[in-house]
Amino acid sequence: MFRIILIMAAGIGAGWLLRRRRLTWLGRVTDALIWVLLFLLGVEVGGDERIIRGMASLGLEALVISTAGVAGSALLALLLWRRARRGREAARK
Amino acid sequence: MKGSLIIVGFFILGVIAGAAGWLSIDKTGFDISFAALACLMFCVGLGVGNDLGALRALRTLPKMLLTLPLLTIAGTLAGCALIALLLPWRPLTDVLAVGSGFGYYSLSSIFITEYRGPELGTVALLANIVREIITLLGAPLLARFFGPLAPVSSGGATSMDTTLPIITRVSGKEFVILSIYHGFVVDFSVPFLVTFFCSL
Repeated sequence: MFRIILIMAAGIGAGWLLRRRRLTWLGRVTDALIWVLLFLLGVEVGGDERIIRGMASLGLEALVISTAGVAGSALLALLLWRRARRGREAARK
Repeated sequence: MKGSLIIVGFFILGVIAGAAGWLSIDKTGFDISFAALACLMFCVGLGVGNDLGALRALRTLPKMLLTLPLLTIAGTLAGCALIALLLPWRPLTDVLAVGSGFGYYSLSSIFITEYRGPELGTVALLANIVREIITLLGAPLLARFFGPLAPVSSGGATSMDTTLPIITRVSGKEFVILSIYHGFVVDFSVPFLVTFFCSL
C-alpha cells in the first residue's frame, strides 16, 4: 500500500519536471494499463477454484449485497454533491 | 459506455484464460499485477504532476466534501441493511459485516472466514471483488447518474489504489486527492467495522 502511494508520488514529481510538455499520450497509456489490470484480475478470478465453484450459489448473494452497498453510497454521494454545488453557487452570488 | 464494454471484455477474456488454465498468476514470484498497478499509479501521478492546476482545484472544492467517507460508510450499511430483508437466511449482522469490506476483499474475507466460517468468508470475498468490479466497469454510468463523487463512494476502500485511475478518468483530476483521502479513511474503518459486526 505504502509502496503504491510512493510510486504515485514519484509520478507526480516526474510529471512536474515535464510540466512544460503536453503529455498527450498519457490518457491512452492509462486506458491500456486499466485493460491489462482488468484482464489480470479476470485471470486471477478465473484461476481460483474457490471463487469459480462458489460463483453460482454464493455469487448471486454477493452480487445483491454489493449492489445494495454501491447503490446506498452512490445515493448519499449524489445528495452531498448537490448540496456542495448549491453551497458553492450561493457563495458566488 | 463503450469504455465500460471494452473493460468488461478484457475482464471476461481474463476469466476465460484463467479458468482454462492458459495463464495463471503466481504471486510468490514476480507479481505482474503489482507491476501493472505500479505503472498505472505512476501514470496517474504523471498526470497530476503535469497539471498541478488540477490539484489547486481541490482547494476550490467545498469543505463539506470531506464528509464523503462517512457518507460512503453510512450509505453502504443502509443499503446492506435494506437488502438483508431479501436474504432472510442471513442474519442482519452477517450482511453488514460483508458490506463493511467496502471492496477491501482480501482483509475482510480473511476476518470473516475467521469469525464466521468459510461460507460467509467466500460471500465476503465475492461481494467485495464484485464491488471493485462494479466500480471499475460502472464508473462512467455512476458518474453520469449520481455525479462525480459516486465513483469515489462506490470504490470504497479501493478509491485510493485500484479504482483511482478510473475515478480520475471519469470524475476528473481535481478529485484525485479527495479520492485518496476517502480510500484511506474507509480502508482504516474496515477492520473495526467487520470485527464489530462479527462480534454482535
